[in-house]
Amino acid sequence: MSQSTPNASARNQTWDEFTEGLWRQNPVFVMMLGMCPTLAVTVSAVNALSMGLATAFVLVCSCALVSLMRKVVPKEVRIATYIVIIATFVTVVDYAIQMVSLALYDALGAFIQLIVVNCIILGRAEAHASKNPPWVASVNALGMGLGFTVGLFALGAVREILGAGSLFGISLFGADFQPWVVMVLPPGGFFVLGSWLLGFAWWEKRKQRLAGLQTPAERG
Amino acid sequence: MIHYLFIVIGAVLVNNVVLVKILGLCPFMGVSKKLETAFGMGAATTFVLTLATGASYVIDHWLLLPFGLEYLRTLSFIVTIAAIVQLTEMVLQKTSPVLHQVLGIYLPLITTNCAVLGVPLLNISNKYNFVDSLLFGAGSAVGFSLVLVLFAGIRERVEGADVPIYFKGTAIAMVTAGLMSLAFMGFAGLDRYQ
Repeated sequence: MSQSTPNASARNQTWDEFTEGLWRQNPVFVMMLGMCPTLAVTVSAVNALSMGLATAFVLVCSCALVSLMRKVVPKEVRIATYIVIIATFVTVVDYAIQMVSLALYDALGAFIQLIVVNCIILGRAEAHASKNPPWVASVNALGMGLGFTVGLFALGAVREILGAGSLFGISLFGADFQPWVVMVLPPGGFFVLGSWLLGFAWWEKRKQRLAGLQTPAERG
Repeated sequence: MIHYLFIVIGAVLVNNVVLVKILGLCPFMGVSKKLETAFGMGAATTFVLTLATGASYVIDHWLLLPFGLEYLRTLSFIVTIAAIVQLTEMVLQKTSPVLHQVLGIYLPLITTNCAVLGVPLLNISNKYNFVDSLLFGAGSAVGFSLVLVLFAGIRERVEGADVPIYFKGTAIAMVTAGLMSLAFMGFAGLDRYQ
């Protein structure tokens, strides 16, 4: 874990902002935000990746704009302003995906438009972008977006491998494989995310055990 | 008549918003630790969701479609929902302080409940008319409340159970929700003629 001291170089601080979302405060596994797309669209690795990248794009653009406008927007109407900014970029993504691939658009369904109510974006706009300069806010948002994408991919890959016996549409186990169909149905999302959380809890506990005296409060 | 019944049953049980459509998971995980808060959240969401489906239908058909403004759908719906939430809060505060005290703290949370935006969007992709939309909205809201209360009840029991240490907290809640989702899939086909 990197520590940020007051004298740390600017580059180190930027790296710190970037890795916050990627690992320490991962939106999917640590903050548990934006769970609806996390569980609903991760039936395959491709869907998960595209949803993650779409969200990351909206996140970076909205955070940059919110940060640019942070001194202009009155405090009383800031949430409404953020929502309008986010909804605008979501509409851009919505039409862009429709243009690139109609099959993907159908697979993701209403969840592209539902990026508007993804708590990560409003949360980052309110908690980080409204208080930091555009460059820092964008880097932090990019880290968060990529962290979200990684989280979604971790779920999508496992679900596709178990539920369809393939990854990125390429069959892995041959024709004899009996797919574990429930994994690509809604319950599978809950089970796989539960298993990932279980794995991380085990890893954290193991780290604490190895560190010996270190208390949980001292972590990152 | 039977058509309406099937819409309601479909929305409450077969295509349950939370467990089958996977919408509104944040309140489902966040406010399900105690039974009373689950009731409050369920009631507040039912009220707002039903209003929001009606209002967004009117906006979509009388404002957006006649002027060819479909690209403003996401934007106008979310603004409508935020306005309805604000309005509900103000009306409740004036007319019924008791109800406001019960539901007040849940109302602001509803704006970011993706079920409230998701159901009006589903109405449009299902091409429902006004009555269908209202029924689908109300049914979805009842389904949301039902599942939220059931889950809160189960979760209160799980808290006291002897759960393996790594499973404690969210992991066991996820697996519980998965099992509930599996159970709700048993309703499949209930909303159709044989």
